[in-house]
Amino acid sequence: MAITRREFIKWVSVTAGATAVAGCATTGAGGAAGRVVVVGAGYGGATAAKYIKMWAPDIDVTVVERGTGFISCPMSNLVLGGNATMQDLTLNYDGLRNRGVRVVSGEVVAIDAVKREVRLADGSTLGYDRVIVSPGIDFMYGQIPGLASAEAQNRILHAWKAGPQTAALRKQLEAMPDGGVYVLHMPMMPYRCPPGPYERVCQVADYFKKSKPKSKIIMLDSNPDIVSKKGLFLAAWNGMYKGMIDYRPNSELADVDVKGMTIKLQFDSVKGDVLNVVPPQKAGAIAEKSGLITANNRWCGVDWLTCESVAIKGVHVIGDATLSASAMPKSASMANQQAKVCSAAVIALIKGQPVNPQPMLMNSCYSFVSGRSAMHVTSLHHYDAGQKTLVPVKGAGGVSAQASEAEADFAWGWAKNIWADSLA
Amino acid sequence: MNLASKSFVLALFVTGGSVALPAMAADPASARNLAATCFTCHGTDGHSVGGVPPSLAGQNKSYLLQQMKDFKAGKRPATIMQQNAKGYTDEQLDLIAGYFASIKPGPATPAPRAGY
Repeated sequence: MAITRREFIKWVSVTAGATAVAGCATTGAGGAAGRVVVVGAGYGGATAAKYIKMWAPDIDVTVVERGTGFISCPMSNLVLGGNATMQDLTLNYDGLRNRGVRVVSGEVVAIDAVKREVRLADGSTLGYDRVIVSPGIDFMYGQIPGLASAEAQNRILHAWKAGPQTAALRKQLEAMPDGGVYVLHMPMMPYRCPPGPYERVCQVADYFKKSKPKSKIIMLDSNPDIVSKKGLFLAAWNGMYKGMIDYRPNSELADVDVKGMTIKLQFDSVKGDVLNVVPPQKAGAIAEKSGLITANNRWCGVDWLTCESVAIKGVHVIGDATLSASAMPKSASMANQQAKVCSAAVIALIKGQPVNPQPMLMNSCYSFVSGRSAMHVTSLHHYDAGQKTLVPVKGAGGVSAQASEAEADFAWGWAKNIWADSLA
Repeated sequence: MNLASKSFVLALFVTGGSVALPAMAADPASARNLAATCFTCHGTDGHSVGGVPPSLAGQNKSYLLQQMKDFKAGKRPATIMQQNAKGYTDEQLDLIAGYFASIKPGPATPAPRAGY
């Protein structure tokens, strides 16, 4: 493999362009090499803030987060099964502060790419040389008339962002009488965490088996089949949870009757005692307000060498909000790895250094089938200069041979390490 | 621009724009960026918070490289590493092993907990 003359010329011009930006940056940042603002401190944003500060301490880094703390979506299904607590998943941003990152509590309501500043809900502004937007997902309730009101949304939960809804769904399951029916509805791909729904069903089954053995689970999947770790989940459903789980593919949602506790499909209605409806998803609202959505009115297209938006220069987007490249899941692991590619590129662009022409990413996700048994899916992704995007590395990656206790230990080790890698 | 990148640019000029990629090895950031794909599971710079996945920081380079090559060849059994190691060329594995060998071993800082 060799770098062609054309690629080399492009590479040099990127470098030259970035030098000019760095020149502006120095005057505006009180001696700092440049200013970076990160919007959102979930897995993507927190990791980006940490890595820019760690790899380039002379860059001024501010991260703006509207929530009060960090609650991990990975491992949150375990709370539904009674195999973890909310406390286990709740972390803070002191680790970022200790590294010299400025953590601002507030909500970004606008990004002005001409003035190069973000505006917060309280009217204050933060100037930037480059801004990294990591807004996660928002739910598209507009497609579900019965869930239009806040009251309906508080009754029929998604619990697809870890937090109060996770704790509330656990309470609904605890309050359900033995012999009741739990119904989970999932939208078409792509959504956050492809194996998440099937893990959730396993966790609820684990709880029912121990505490409410006469209860049943119905999973209504809009997709035509199980989209992740299929054989491994089926082994659990046909093994330790035999007879408990009724999986129905091709079950597209028409509406929800909250009063009647019924999920309406195109040709069928399904009644339950606990309904858990996960709506279709799109990039978080700030992405739409800022004009960053470029695909299907839902996702933000980026240049995968830098994670820079294809719509707006100087604005980078990472995490679940991006239009995923081939076989790239919307996951915490992927957001953490995209943040590193983006951080390296943002530093290079600010300092007038060459951008890494061959970024690589790995995605490793664990799913628990019970409290003590887990399995993984892993994939590797590298940049294809011809296709100008990330593609899976052929022959690499895969899934567990079977779920095991050994992998449950690895899964908790993974969680502790990705938490530290993103936040400390 | 650091010295290594400067010499990389120089190398490109001298050879007239067609250079084999191993020249990238001169850029220390390329080893760092490759090793960073391991940090998610093994901890930042290979400092693991828990016992598993293990710390890689400060391990002997030839030992680390041999382990990764054995995973890749299927000679050392594993749950996940036999699948991950196949994603890298031997040259990339060499850069990764060299990076972790250059890091001082030591304890990791866990993410601070908050009350829910």
